[in-house]
Amino acid sequence: MTETRIPPAPTPDPSTQKFWDAAREGKLLLGRNSKTGKLHYPPRPVCPFDDEGEVELVPAKGAGTIYSFSIMRAKVPYAIAYVELEEGPRMMTNIIGAPFESIRIGQKVRLQFQPTDGDGPPVPMFTPA
Amino acid sequence: MSIRGKACIVGAYEHPTRKAEDKSVAQLHAEVALGALRDAGLTRADVDGYFCAGDAPGMGPLSMADYIGLDRLTHYDSTDVGGCSYLAHVAHAAEAIAMGKCKVALLTLAGRPRSEGVATGTAPRPGDPRQPDVQFEFPFGPAIANMYAMCAQRHMYEFGTTSEQLAWIKVAASHHAQHNEHAMLRKVVTVEDVVNSPLVADPLHRLDCCVISDGGGALVVTSPEIARTLKRPVVTIRGAGEAIKHVDGGRIDLTYTGARFAGARAFEMAGVKPADIKYASIYDSFTITVLMQLEDLGFCEKGQGGKFVADGNLISGVGKLPFNTDGGGLCNNHPANRGGITKVIEAVRQLRGEAHPAVQVKNCDLALAHGTGGSLGTRHGSATLVLERS
Repeated sequence: MTETRIPPAPTPDPSTQKFWDAAREGKLLLGRNSKTGKLHYPPRPVCPFDDEGEVELVPAKGAGTIYSFSIMRAKVPYAIAYVELEEGPRMMTNIIGAPFESIRIGQKVRLQFQPTDGDGPPVPMFTPA
Repeated sequence: MSIRGKACIVGAYEHPTRKAEDKSVAQLHAEVALGALRDAGLTRADVDGYFCAGDAPGMGPLSMADYIGLDRLTHYDSTDVGGCSYLAHVAHAAEAIAMGKCKVALLTLAGRPRSEGVATGTAPRPGDPRQPDVQFEFPFGPAIANMYAMCAQRHMYEFGTTSEQLAWIKVAASHHAQHNEHAMLRKVVTVEDVVNSPLVADPLHRLDCCVISDGGGALVVTSPEIARTLKRPVVTIRGAGEAIKHVDGGRIDLTYTGARFAGARAFEMAGVKPADIKYASIYDSFTITVLMQLEDLGFCEKGQGGKFVADGNLISGVGKLPFNTDGGGLCNNHPANRGGITKVIEAVRQLRGEAHPAVQVKNCDLALAHGTGGSLGTRHGSATLVLERS
């Protein structure tokens, strides 16, 4: 790994500004239904599961396991993955700080925000725990 | 109300081009439209229903209706669910015909990603920033190939599926493509060829991927009454099903596809079982796409797809389930990066007995065509048709 891919910056919208502001403080937020307690990701103002209850944003602990992954053999290769958070939701991300050949499904990983292109908010990536 | 038996496919045409440097996308749409109408023995003046999807330039069906010269439309539909749109369109056309909203429906697809130099499977595409998932996915570089690769990786982990088993799917497609003079890849390949080709997105190799081609196709759907007055063999729509599967708020399960639901709905309407199907057109953007859909459609148990496809079981005249006898997207053609319409076209050829003699399935009276649109790794549409020769 000689070169690291610089991720493009996400474009926040009015409904996700809080999520990306929290990202700048190193916090990964999940959506939680105030009535049912069910967690969802990515968070959105209207719960995707239940008609009742308000969505509140709660921080994830930042621990998870790799659910699946693939090494993209691009000019600057990178590891895309779904990580299953300890809280339950699975999220698309990248695995960083690990030799590609060492990455495994089931591997324990921890959250590490990474800077994006320009002055965009950092994005949640994961590295071996 | 069921659409079983309420409509028939009477025209089917696949553009022979695989590289259309000297043609426009609109021109390809018009050429396939006339090709399918000629095949049916009909003319533009007969068309009162038009169906197209996101590959058609312009707002919905408007520019194409204008350009092709369709001037008596009483019904239109531009449902866009990527590559499976055209299978959904066949079902929607059957519904419209059954409801009396139109009598002769024309469906077109065309595109020229090869001439336009689109890095279809390997370059992440940003999409519309208003699409709510983009900001949570695009920074991580989701391309088509690595999304399907994650499905393959998980399938291997849960069920012990191997790269060699996936390779058999390409091997079978290549055995069929050798007989198709228009196919992009006509060379018969081996399992070793596939697993020794360069990795694109682990565990998928270059030969696990479909081709990037220009071209297009069109279909004509009409009522059984009109179909019987035409000279072509009648292919009747016996069952249809659609479904959407998505990330589900973070509960995504990469081991199955929407085919589980679309297929079940189509089989239920048709009143037949997977074992009754003599020929299957299965969407084949990648080898893993085929394997997972075969399981989800019920041709084998979940997790047994690797064993099912191995040893030539998908090769016509050799195995139990002949699939994609035109060579499919894996070897023949994937026009506009959307393989849905060619799936229906080859099923129609098989039911008419007009497939290449080397791959024609004997007594092929019941066929299935299945498509996926979008990404198995995130969100996709699925559409299934059960077709029969009447």
